[in-house]
Amino acid sequence: MSRYEIRIGGFGGQGVVTMAVVLGETLSLIEKKFVVQTQSYGPEARGGASKSEIVVGDVEIDYPKVMAPDVFIALSRAAYLAYITGLKENGILIIDEDLVEIEGDLPDGVNVYKIPATRIAEQEVGNKQATNVVMLGVLCAITKIVTNEGLRQRIEERWPRFKESNLKALELGLKAGEAALASQ
Amino acid sequence: MPDRIMFTMGDIASAEGALSAGCRYFGGYPITPATEIAEWMALRMPEVGGSFVQYEDEIASITSVIGASWTGAKSMTATSGPGVSLMLEAIGLAVMTETPLVLVNIMRGGPSTGQPTRGQQGDVMQPKWGSHGDYQIIALTPASVQEMFDQTVQAFNLSERYRVPVFVLADETVGHMRERLVIPDEKDLKLEYRKLATGDPADFLPFKPDDDLVPPMALLGSKYQFYATGLTHDYRGYPTDKEDVQLELVARLNNKILHNADKIIDLERFMLDDAEIAVVAYGTPSRSARKAIKGAREAGIKAGMLRLKTVWPFPEDAIADLASEVKHIIVAEQNFGQVYYMVKASAAPTPIHLMAKPAGMPQLPHEILDKIREIDSL
Repeated sequence: MSRYEIRIGGFGGQGVVTMAVVLGETLSLIEKKFVVQTQSYGPEARGGASKSEIVVGDVEIDYPKVMAPDVFIALSRAAYLAYITGLKENGILIIDEDLVEIEGDLPDGVNVYKIPATRIAEQEVGNKQATNVVMLGVLCAITKIVTNEGLRQRIEERWPRFKESNLKALELGLKAGEAALASQ
Repeated sequence: MPDRIMFTMGDIASAEGALSAGCRYFGGYPITPATEIAEWMALRMPEVGGSFVQYEDEIASITSVIGASWTGAKSMTATSGPGVSLMLEAIGLAVMTETPLVLVNIMRGGPSTGQPTRGQQGDVMQPKWGSHGDYQIIALTPASVQEMFDQTVQAFNLSERYRVPVFVLADETVGHMRERLVIPDEKDLKLEYRKLATGDPADFLPFKPDDDLVPPMALLGSKYQFYATGLTHDYRGYPTDKEDVQLELVARLNNKILHNADKIIDLERFMLDDAEIAVVAYGTPSRSARKAIKGAREAGIKAGMLRLKTVWPFPEDAIADLASEVKHIIVAEQNFGQVYYMVKASAAPTPIHLMAKPAGMPQLPHEILDKIREIDSL
């Protein structure tokens, strides 16, 4: 794998940057890949379109930003509209189905996975703030770019106080991702 | 202690580099996109027995750094373009008083307050020409998280060795990107400290240089009494309007850097040995260029890159050599053209092509590749 690109978009406060950081930490520190994580946001503390990106590979990453994502995860309509451009043909699009609808034409062969990540976090984990970890589980199940074990280890190291709820969110995301994959 | 490994951002890598270099004073005023440096220093300085002070503005910050350095502490601040603008007067004072200090500028969009969260390379000329009078400073341009650490260590070494302000000039992308960082054990780092005054205090001349043009430094609170001023001063540090003193002092402040340019300048040659087209770049655009050059090579075009890790003192000789090796030079920078003019002056008559982009996204790899193809077809 020379270069694999992941883009995550949402509004500020949804944990879009944290999600990419945890993924980057797992890929870099535990799975020993070459990783660059970047983000782009406006001057607002909350709200506004926020984007974070991961480029991962088995060789050193030259250009650090995403050029044409292999995967795009959209957590808000504004981010979907702002950042859908450039998604690769035959790429993967994962949306929070309660917040985003497919609008406009998609590149050829794109696989769309609709996951109610925010609803899962709110109703099954009991904390809307776990949406990003649910989505990490979904990403893991659908793309296999990162291992479940790696993510579990990183979550335990990173959030000892909130380990239980985050591991539950990850587990629920994995299940939702596997179910979405099976129904394709 | 084994190496410490982090997955972290360039800003934090720079702060860790400063701590590993022995920095024990940070005076600053937070500003996007350099805020994480101040935040990290506020956490870490107390752990290493150093001091972190947040001031009311950038002018107070930089002058506190000058004062702290004179007490013997390796000292720094971090800011962005608007903050540097406020600090420029004091940077001239640091040059004239030969005060070692490090200033990290995480460059954002300008002019003025511009685009705080977007990157740019618009502040390359600013440290060299922004303060009044004829002077030299040193400015380093890292392109990765690891280099943010390594070059901040180097910035402290150079500032201590030459008693001069050293800038770390990083565009926002380098400051805010996260990559793997390896922090070596401090005993594996080569660290430098200013030459200190020795001998009888009665005979002490605080601005009398050694053969390397750098005077040994007396610290505030030591047995040496001295006077340091921004006015033109003699070896005793006393102000004077004598022409010979002015000529000698200005020449020395410039020459202590210029005569050592070959020891200061750090460059990377990438696929240049048989190149006919060279890209000159630094910071994030150099990473676009690296990808573009790999693409050009696959297409059979002999392209390479000279990556500047130092922009001041400017590598004039290396650019002149490059100009004699290649047929064309492309300068790709995230501004409206700054290093371009230095390259043009050093590389004549080889044709120089500017790829200017004074905005948040750097030149994309395919844009640089298209330019290489266009020039190859000339």
